Amino acid sequence: MWLGGKMTDEISYYLHPWIKNRPITAWLPPGYSRINKTGANRYQRPEIDDEKCTKCGICWICCPEGAIGRGKKFTIDYEYCRGCGICLEECPLKAIRMIKEV
Amino acid sequence: MGAKYLSGCAAAAEAVRLADVDVIAAYPITPQTAIMEHISKFIANGELRAHMIHVESEHSAMSACIGAELVGARAFTASSSQGLALMHECLFFASGLRLPIVMAVANRSIASPVTIFADHKDSLAQRDCGWIQYYTENVQEILDMILIAYRVSENEKVLLPSMVCFDGFFLSHLSERVDVPELNCIKDFLPELRPKYPTLDIENPKVINVMAFPEFFEEFEFDKHYSMQSSKKVINESFEDFWGISGRKYGLIETYQTETAEMVLVGMGSMMGTALEAVKRLRKKGVEIGLVNIRVYNPFPFQEIVDAVKDTAIVGVMDRDISYGSGGIVFQNVLLGLYNKPNPPPVLNFIVGLGGRDVTLGTIEKIVGTMEKVRREDRVEKDIIWPDLNTELIKAWKIGD
Amino acid sequence: MTITLKSLPDDEFVALGRGGCSGCGAVIAARMATKVLGKRTIMVNATSCMVANYCYVGAPLFPYLHGLFENTGALLSGIDTGLKVLNKRDGINLVGLAGDGGTADIGLQSLSGAVERGHKFLYICYDNEAYQNTGIQRSGTTPYAAITSTTPLGKNAMGEARQLFRKDMVRIMAAHKIPYAATASISHPLDYLRKVQRATEIDGPSYIHVLSPCPLGWGFPENLTIKIARLAVETCFFPIYEVENGTKFRLNVDPKEKKPVEEYLKLQGRFRHLFKGEFRELIGKIQEAVNTNWEYLKKLCSS
Repeated sequence: MWLGGKMTDEISYYLHPWIKNRPITAWLPPGYSRINKTGANRYQRPEIDDEKCTKCGICWICCPEGAIGRGKKFTIDYEYCRGCGICLEECPLKAIRMIKEV
Repeated sequence: MGAKYLSGCAAAAEAVRLADVDVIAAYPITPQTAIMEHISKFIANGELRAHMIHVESEHSAMSACIGAELVGARAFTASSSQGLALMHECLFFASGLRLPIVMAVANRSIASPVTIFADHKDSLAQRDCGWIQYYTENVQEILDMILIAYRVSENEKVLLPSMVCFDGFFLSHLSERVDVPELNCIKDFLPELRPKYPTLDIENPKVINVMAFPEFFEEFEFDKHYSMQSSKKVINESFEDFWGISGRKYGLIETYQTETAEMVLVGMGSMMGTALEAVKRLRKKGVEIGLVNIRVYNPFPFQEIVDAVKDTAIVGVMDRDISYGSGGIVFQNVLLGLYNKPNPPPVLNFIVGLGGRDVTLGTIEKIVGTMEKVRREDRVEKDIIWPDLNTELIKAWKIGD
Repeated sequence: MTITLKSLPDDEFVALGRGGCSGCGAVIAARMATKVLGKRTIMVNATSCMVANYCYVGAPLFPYLHGLFENTGALLSGIDTGLKVLNKRDGINLVGLAGDGGTADIGLQSLSGAVERGHKFLYICYDNEAYQNTGIQRSGTTPYAAITSTTPLGKNAMGEARQLFRKDMVRIMAAHKIPYAATASISHPLDYLRKVQRATEIDGPSYIHVLSPCPLGWGFPENLTIKIARLAVETCFFPIYEVENGTKFRLNVDPKEKKPVEEYLKLQGRFRHLFKGEFRELIGKIQEAVNTNWEYLKKLCSS
């Protein structure tokens, strides 16, 4: 991923759309950001208590990343979750708890 | 083929009608306001199916054209002096996004002091933006160049915006006989816009205008520079094709008897019409003089000018502009072309016609007189000469030695 | 159709992996809006924090343009007209996203022109009350006494010294007789999303001003973003109301118990100097200004 102006790993370099074909102008394909795993430097992670959870959807709409997935069981995509803790703060039933990452 | 009696602004509007432009966004500024007025009339009468965006500044005018081109609509705008300076940042935006916008520039000098009259300072101040620049000598050329500009800019080998420059009041408000081509002739010459650049398309989404880090930035710049240089070939091809449908042949430059000339005058804009008349009269008197009229300023026709002047004894570049502290801008370009060539002729710079001062036959004779004197004495005392300067005024202002 | 959390689509219209800061309020506002706007959207984004979030990593899944700082309104006009001429305008949501600086300061001219001409677009201004992207410099919407990097604390200064109430963009838009303008907050998502939905149905310009707290710039821990936004509404520091056609004002959130503004200010690092010694009286001034604004708004809404 781009960090401080340098491609940090070779895989990113070869996946970059400007390497093979002439881009004409500076543009990126939609969703290219998925290569940026924002969950990498997390210092704490949230965990949803499935029994307390009523699936109201407040944590899902409040997440800045969009890392919470709805469904029978609400899941968190830990590749992208930054551990900001907004979901914990907003949950009306306090069904989420934070665990320190090692 | 209909002949009409049109002013420069009216001819530009006719060209916009023939090019079937989709979106026009322009802000009024003297001397180009009549272009907007004529286009508004065409839209109101249904002769042109387009939308006019009455923007609130020139910066917004260029931005609106950029927005329209990005969704695949052909766009046009027109500006002059202050407005052109205001949209400076957007000129880079447009050429960086490789959008084929065409702008008509009614050359007018920039404040301060305030003026509404012509010189080339406003468009030459934008020469580094990556826009192709055409300069015209008469009203017919305004109409022709706008059509050719669309064809060149939309070509996938070029994809750079263009400006068609004509002197404010000298051409914008002068009426001449103009051959207006038929709409169906132009439809073959200039087909519908098919964008060859990234667009905002729902079916094919893109994130446009991202950051290019140092690893990539220079290559984008090289791409633009290379396209600007290879546009010379596309321009010449378009000139050929236009000759076929109209009978008027244009070139990157136009020369008059430079093969047999001992002295050559180089310049661009409406003053070259006067210069041509002066050169013809001098030729009748036996003076071996030639003329080079630059039509396409950017990409600069280095090779063509060098070929025209390399065997001559002295070159005089007439600049209707001044880069304070450096001299004439066209002069600098011509010097660049002649540098490193074997035995280049001496080049003199004549600053004329600033702020609308008329370039008359008398001015040209003064210029030729200076060139002959320098040739006779065989030394160049001053290379930047102001032939029309009011030296009494300068003495009264106590400027200079 | 009333919007509920359950009625919103599961799909994400902006891919995961955004750039930017953890706990960012602006990105919450943008993500919420995209849930209603959907896939058939063209977004123009002025240079701002959201550009660092979305553009430079390539996150959006719809066509997206990063414009220059001050021409969002003009770009929207050009795109709207271009699509109309090519008969492609129907069914596409045209959205302009800009920060408070790119709207109230440098972008005001082109927004004003675009609204006056009546183009069909939605303009969302996310207000984080300073030029956060370039390092927390003050802007036209920075509140009185806030510390920013260009209005720091010092011997001769107490933070933002501008006594007049900060620029009220919704009333400026109302003066243009815009069909619909509203304020919103990320703490009241259903109200915000209802407004976005309403705006997409209008055949003309619409404007939404969302409060987006910035943990880095305002000085609070990143998990309190939405709580701070809620306090701003409950203390009437940031009232939530809407205007139709520039004349019909309607209050959307009327807090039953108007909390003192101190509760909002004490959680933020940019106001920490107000709780020490000589600056305590400024809290009184801020409360007075908030009360005056609230009374005036209630009068407008009741008439």
